[in-house]
Amino acid sequence: MRILNLFKIAFKAIVLNKMRTLLTMLGIIIGVASVIAMLAIGEGSKESIRENISSMGSNIITIRPASASSSGVRASGDEMQTLTLKDYEAVKDQATFLSYATPLVTGKGQVINGSNNWPSNIYGVNPDYLKIKVVDLQSGSMFTDAEVKTASKVALIGQTVVDNVFPDGQDPIGQMIRFNNIPFTVIGVLEVKGENTFGQDQDDVVIAPYTTVQKRILAIDYINQIMASAVSEDDAPNAVTEVSEIMRLQHQISNPNNDDFSVQSMEELISTFSSTSEMLTVLLVAVASISLLIGGIGIMNIMYVSVKERTKEIGLRMAVGAKGADILMQFLIEAILISVTGGALGVLLGLTSTVFIEKFLNWPTSVAMYSIVISFAVCAITGIFFGWYPARKASALDPITALRYE
Amino acid sequence: MSKAIIKIEDLKREFTMGSETVRALKGISFDIKEGEFVTIMGSSGSGKSTMLNILGCLDQPTSGNYEIDGVKVKDLTKNQLATIRNEKIGFIFQSYNLLARTSAIENVELPLLYNSKVSTEERRKRAIEALQKVGLGERLDHTPSQLSGGQQQRVAIARSLVNNPVMLLADEATGNLDTRTAYEIMSIFQELNEQGITIAFVTHEEDIATFSSRTIVLKDGNIIQDYKNENVQSAKEELAKLPKQDD
Repeated sequence: MRILNLFKIAFKAIVLNKMRTLLTMLGIIIGVASVIAMLAIGEGSKESIRENISSMGSNIITIRPASASSSGVRASGDEMQTLTLKDYEAVKDQATFLSYATPLVTGKGQVINGSNNWPSNIYGVNPDYLKIKVVDLQSGSMFTDAEVKTASKVALIGQTVVDNVFPDGQDPIGQMIRFNNIPFTVIGVLEVKGENTFGQDQDDVVIAPYTTVQKRILAIDYINQIMASAVSEDDAPNAVTEVSEIMRLQHQISNPNNDDFSVQSMEELISTFSSTSEMLTVLLVAVASISLLIGGIGIMNIMYVSVKERTKEIGLRMAVGAKGADILMQFLIEAILISVTGGALGVLLGLTSTVFIEKFLNWPTSVAMYSIVISFAVCAITGIFFGWYPARKASALDPITALRYE
Repeated sequence: MSKAIIKIEDLKREFTMGSETVRALKGISFDIKEGEFVTIMGSSGSGKSTMLNILGCLDQPTSGNYEIDGVKVKDLTKNQLATIRNEKIGFIFQSYNLLARTSAIENVELPLLYNSKVSTEERRKRAIEALQKVGLGERLDHTPSQLSGGQQQRVAIARSLVNNPVMLLADEATGNLDTRTAYEIMSIFQELNEQGITIAFVTHEEDIATFSSRTIVLKDGNIIQDYKNENVQSAKEELAKLPKQDD
């Protein structure tokens, strides 16, 4: 009853000073809205980075030869020939955290079709490659294990290659192309993936059985990489450890410092990128929080002025029976009403501006529920915190002095 | 013999201003009985404001006893004082002290807002009744700026009545009004007094005192005169005697 009355009194005071209240609220509104929008942008960019990397295959694990000293000479990892098909088989057979694995041999060369030619990369892999990289086919089909075994001269090509060696728009499936003068039959076209996070064109690629690439193009018997996919993203770290142990056994290495290979998961990459964008988010939110703080100080300022201005009124209220606590509550409720209403409007504005940012600036955004809850709570607390001092001051007024105040 | 609403015994109030002690009231004793209309007079510095603050439970005496309606005021906490002000005293001020931009009825309701025993409906009902008593039944929704000085003071009187106080405490209530309006207000006070309401009226105007039944004169913190007024003037009659205004 009493509290309800105090609410009425506070509400009345707010209504009587619409313009002033609105301007005070504006500080809170902008503060809350910017916190929400900034968090949404931060979350959004984090998510889009994650998605981007995931599109390259989020649980991919790569095993590469690493530089190691052999008879005193330290060679670069790229030139190492220490990774073999035996390693691949060991990993494939023994690892429990891996769902797919493929050897990978790469080469550069010229793709030629009649008078059209195009420099590209050739990846020698097994049929699991598509599943590891999470790539689908636009048309055609993947080569089979049997074709790998027989080192068939079949290939799949990416869209960039199609565009450049089949400029007339003719269907590449079944056509013959030459890669470094070795003829291949095109049996499939990969779906368009665009550029990856590093700006590399993922469609500029020719895929063929690794046996074919090893024997007919590169004439090598080692492999460049083993590419595998962990059972799940969460299992990636386990898979990395497991694979490392298998590899050490294979290469008879007892001291991990002497590893002549490196095992990497995408997870590491994701966390690196996420932490960057996380820092950015923290920065953005810090800036937004400052505006929320300034909004709070605005409330304090207005409440302070309001108490000064209404000293006589406070005296009167006390004379007709208001207790100190009543006056304290009246002003505190007033401050809270301003901040909470401002907070609610701020949430609304924050959400709207997020939609606008997404629509017109094309920035990825993602509104997190917690950002709404937190900013709203912060602003309610701001109201109490900054309303307290002026309200306290009002309630401590001596009624006689207050009544005589001019 | 009617009972005493106010009992004051050897009341002293001292203020300490730095090293100096100002003795505003130097041992005052008097009673106010139910139904009395007392004017408290005195020039400025006589201690009448201090007297009024203590009577109104806005201030506590340094020593001596003050009893209102059987309640000993000394040793009450701030909150208890507030409750006494809320339930037993009706204040009327020289400058009306109405809330600006707030309708007459809401102004009158104000004391009841701080009394949790009064429901919303009853609050409204009592506020309307009080305004009708002072002849403003038609102007419930007018704000102070839409009312004349006399009307504003009537709203203030209605506000002081709304909590059914045991005593009205008026502080120079006619000080801001012209003679005619002052007499109008005094006639309202007289009417209320006839209905049995006890009134303590602080003023420095001699003619106002002639409308009351008793006058207490203060000087330098002491009572120098306390007399019954045998010949109470009727404010209504005096009002009729005033020359008619041109407008």
